[in-house]
Amino acid sequence: MNFNTASFLIQVAALVVALAALHKPLGVYLVRVFEGKTSTRAERMFYRLAGVDAGTEQTWSVYLRSVLVFSAVSILAVFLLQRLQGALPGSNGLAGVDPWVAMNTSISFVTNTNWQTYAPEATVGMFVQMCLLAVQNFLSAAVGIVVAVALIRGIARTRTDRLGNFWVDLARTSFRVLLPMAAAVAIVMVLGGVVQNFWSTDVVNQASGISQTIPGGPVASQEAIKELGTNGGGYFNANSAHPFENPNVFISLFQVFLLLLIPSALPYAYGRIVGDQRQGFTVAAVMGSLWLASVSLMGWAVASGQGTATAAAGGLGEGFEQRFGPVPGAIFAASTTLTSTGAVNTAHDSLPPMAGGVAMVNMMLGEVAPGGTGSGLYGMLILSIISVFIAGLMVGRTPEYLGKKIGPSEMKLTALYILVTPALVLALAGISVLLPDVVANAPSSGPHQFSEMLYAFTSGANNNGSAFGGITTSGPYLSVMMGIAMLLGRFLPIALVLALAGSLARQQRIPASAGTVPTHGWLFGSLLLGVTVILTALSYFPALALGPLAEGLLK
Amino acid sequence: MTPSRADTTAAAAETYADGNPLGTPGEHKHHTKAPAKLTLTTVAAALPVAVRKLAPRQMIHSPVMFTVLVGAALSTLISAVRPSVFGIAVTAWLWLTVLFGTLSEAIAEGRGKAQADSLRASRKGVHARLRLPDGSTRDVPGTELRLNDVVICEAGDVIPSDGEIIEGLASVDESTITGESAPVIRESGGDRSSVTGGTRVLSDRIAVRITAETGQTFIDRMIKLVEGAVRQKTPNEIALHVLLVSLTIVFLIVTMSLAPFASLAGATPSPIVLVALLVCLIPTTIGALVPAIGIAGMDRLVQHNVLATSGRAVETAGDITTLLLDKTGTITYGNRRAVNFFPANNVERTELIEAARLCSLADETPEGRSIVDLAADKGVTGPDLAALRKTSGAFVVVEFSASTRMSGLDVDGRQIRKGAASAVAAFVEEAGGQTPAEVDFRVREISAEGGTPLLVARISASNRAEVLGTVHLADVVKPGMHARFAELRKMGIRTVMITGDNPITAKAIAAEAGVDDFVAEATPEDKLAVIKKEHAQGRLVAMTGDGTNDAPALAAADVGVAMNSGTPAAKEAANMVDLDSDPTKLINIVGIGKQLLITRGALTTFSVANDVAKYFAIVPALFTAAFPGLGLLNIMGLATPSSAILSAVIFNALIIIALVPLALRGVKYRAVSANQALGRNLLIFGLGGLIAPFIGIKIIDVLISLIPGIG
Repeated sequence: MNFNTASFLIQVAALVVALAALHKPLGVYLVRVFEGKTSTRAERMFYRLAGVDAGTEQTWSVYLRSVLVFSAVSILAVFLLQRLQGALPGSNGLAGVDPWVAMNTSISFVTNTNWQTYAPEATVGMFVQMCLLAVQNFLSAAVGIVVAVALIRGIARTRTDRLGNFWVDLARTSFRVLLPMAAAVAIVMVLGGVVQNFWSTDVVNQASGISQTIPGGPVASQEAIKELGTNGGGYFNANSAHPFENPNVFISLFQVFLLLLIPSALPYAYGRIVGDQRQGFTVAAVMGSLWLASVSLMGWAVASGQGTATAAAGGLGEGFEQRFGPVPGAIFAASTTLTSTGAVNTAHDSLPPMAGGVAMVNMMLGEVAPGGTGSGLYGMLILSIISVFIAGLMVGRTPEYLGKKIGPSEMKLTALYILVTPALVLALAGISVLLPDVVANAPSSGPHQFSEMLYAFTSGANNNGSAFGGITTSGPYLSVMMGIAMLLGRFLPIALVLALAGSLARQQRIPASAGTVPTHGWLFGSLLLGVTVILTALSYFPALALGPLAEGLLK
Repeated sequence: MTPSRADTTAAAAETYADGNPLGTPGEHKHHTKAPAKLTLTTVAAALPVAVRKLAPRQMIHSPVMFTVLVGAALSTLISAVRPSVFGIAVTAWLWLTVLFGTLSEAIAEGRGKAQADSLRASRKGVHARLRLPDGSTRDVPGTELRLNDVVICEAGDVIPSDGEIIEGLASVDESTITGESAPVIRESGGDRSSVTGGTRVLSDRIAVRITAETGQTFIDRMIKLVEGAVRQKTPNEIALHVLLVSLTIVFLIVTMSLAPFASLAGATPSPIVLVALLVCLIPTTIGALVPAIGIAGMDRLVQHNVLATSGRAVETAGDITTLLLDKTGTITYGNRRAVNFFPANNVERTELIEAARLCSLADETPEGRSIVDLAADKGVTGPDLAALRKTSGAFVVVEFSASTRMSGLDVDGRQIRKGAASAVAAFVEEAGGQTPAEVDFRVREISAEGGTPLLVARISASNRAEVLGTVHLADVVKPGMHARFAELRKMGIRTVMITGDNPITAKAIAAEAGVDDFVAEATPEDKLAVIKKEHAQGRLVAMTGDGTNDAPALAAADVGVAMNSGTPAAKEAANMVDLDSDPTKLINIVGIGKQLLITRGALTTFSVANDVAKYFAIVPALFTAAFPGLGLLNIMGLATPSSAILSAVIFNALIIIALVPLALRGVKYRAVSANQALGRNLLIFGLGGLIAPFIGIKIIDVLISLIPGIG
């Protein structure tokens, strides 16, 4: 298998053009959804059923409480119903899910991680897939978006303690954005060859006479939101390498497009709502540059890649889906880790070491290029605040972001945010490698074994969900540790972001002058890019040196 | 206008000559006390203080440096148990790192100490003559004075405490606090009634009501300030500390997790190496220099003879977006000056100028002097007053009075007068003369432009009365103001001129000076209204004031600078006091505030950018043995793992000392837009911070690799 550079460039260019064309109309639509004043009948019904007061806006703490309560109830429900699978219809003859796996899975899907410690075909039936996991695919994506919207409002509004109403935002995101988009996408998926049925297929090989039962299911409908909501949990164990989930190279590229779509449109909506389109454009440009750099780096690493897996296979090919080859694999691998998707069409474990390293770095960046639905934007805005803090000082003003002062309390929240994920990844991985029983779950040796451990916690704490594979995480210890990583990696940042939104909303806006650091334009964009890369490098360089660099830099 | 104000005005004019918009210290020839030079002596003097500051109780205030202290202690223990050349060397340099941190703070404090000592000396053994209710006086030590006591001070007395003159007038030598040797006039009532403890009465006798508690006087506050004793962390310092602490925690976790990570590969680093790595990574450079930067910022204010009540006020000064400037004394010279002569139709220009000069010779007001000066400029000179007295026969000086509104000379039978147009016209008409129409027209024209017309008239020995012409007096904008306001605008600072003039005059001067806005016919209450309006739009306002009726506005302004000559109420309401009573100082104060923040930001950027090089030194040193491929990361080609780690530690310590002068001096501030300033500082301190340590560490490595046991 060869890495076809021309094909790589064409596919990357196609994605850039498609996203450039669509991010604006979608962004405009998102603004209309969030700024709208009226409710649809479906939404009103939801408010009545859920018994929530949709009429009043919430303070940041009430908004946060709503997020937490909603997510806690979701986790509990998903967990219990998985345990009861055997007694429920649509179980496809499968028994209740193992408690550790059920716990891990419920956390994983509610936190938009979609880390799959189980093999779906052998563990979950259609009921769990459709009524639990797919529903969470919608809701967890919506939660990410509404938190980002609350932060945008915090920046845009002045002298108020109200950030909007969580239930209204959640309902609108689900009913007006995710559901209609997913429905349209599912139709395209079916037309493109993705399976959508409710039965298994029996195949009899005429030559050998061996018959096989190949599981089917409502794949296309789930696939749509899997990518759109940057979820990534596959209907099948092979995820997007499975022909039923990802039948051809066009659908593969379409999937990459989908997982980048909403995160790319949110910056536009952000610029619109704060009334300065240049702000949104700068954020989008930084995200786009990082994405382009990472995809190129991944392409280079794959094309020039050596490594154990490649060497064992006698050439590039091991781990790549034979129907696609390395080019879609590289683009998919970079994009899925730069967003919080974690769907894969390639075995990341078999990527050349440097390419695996790029995938890890992508997540370590905090998944901000363009990141998860909502989480990418709020992550990038946090980094913007760090950048503006440094920049503001360097021009002799106490720092302000869009006219809001970044004082001690704002800085506390921001600094804690950037602390959370590195602390989770390094501490949990550090503890885990000390336990020989745990290390034994990763049967490889040397730096690759360490990479597998590091990748798992990086994926969990960043709510990515892609796996390096190779390591078995379904046991109690790793299930719990990964559960902690996913929960804290999701909800600590959300709590900090909402508190920050509250703190910013209370402030009056200081009008910009020639003495204010502009948070748009190439200079600030470069600074933001630099801060993002350097903060990541400083936190993870030694760990990366012991993993992918040690494996990849051969003397 | 008292002499002191005229002096300061002249001095202020001098400061413009330098042309630097927001001056850095050192440019002020007149006001600025030169900062103590950074010499070996000052460093040596600071050393014992620095050692005392190593006490953990004090170190805990700087979490970053406290971490280094703990690391140094830890590596001392390890080296004691398992001594090695490398371990001892690293330990020694870790201790030096902590010491350099406290040393930088001690040096910064030391620079204010000499000043504090001389201030303290001025307070020693002062006695006060307390006036008792029955009118008699009693000598008491100055320290026993209570609030609202009344003391009597006479020529030669040192004023025992801060107070307000309730009776009398005196000339006072305030050089102890201002460094200005010229005496100033202080009198009861009005806006120049306050006196400062420690200053000396030169003439006359005053009764002073004490307005400050013992230990709370101006000089007490100043002593504390220059010694850095009352330093509290400012909001921005706290925000920066939060960021630094968060980075420190990240690096603590990075270092602590590295041991288990490396153990998988059987390459566990020794504890000393981990401590070294941690100290190199945490932002020690900025962590060590933050106090010095803050103290130096306050010190720069003190060098400019400005006293701030808190560091917070200095920081806010950098944020100011609107400057409220009093027209008089700030934008203009404060006195009207002659700018032109307009002769009547049948009068020679020279004749008018000669007459105007003659009747101004005895006029000591600034207006009068300006006429003589302008005449000289136009080439008309002649004998001065003394010479004239000698050569002339009958010679009478007619002083200006409020009733006649004229002044002039009677010489050799001629009466020459200049004065308000109506007064001079009446004077001429009474003697049978007429005011020509063209002169009337000129008078109206000058008034309309906002100037003041003076008529010059002569009644000859033969009793012929005639109006010779008009002198145009105008408010003269100080040279350089236009450029200075343009620079402020470039930095995003709006200037609003406040004046009691009518709107026409105000508009003309505003246009000439180039301010962004003006308030005409303003009352002190208007200042408060302007501040409220600016605040409503989210702007931050700085202003100066000296009167009691300025106090509410001074208190409302984000930076309120009271003139030292002002009333106690104004000084109480303000958050800064300018000892020179120079309203233009406001512009320098903004510059000092900005410089303080820039220095903080620049060194933070530098400190964090340094870490990249340190990783490239230490990571290959740690793991090349286990993974030879990582040797590729040793791009500096450092000799051995030990020398690499030690070089990084040494660089990390030395860079603190190397940057002390910059921290004290402050990063140079230029009046450019924020984007330009950011680009420039990012290039110097960001890119420079990335590159510099690569070079520094390599040089140190070359040197120490010669040491046996390391190389």
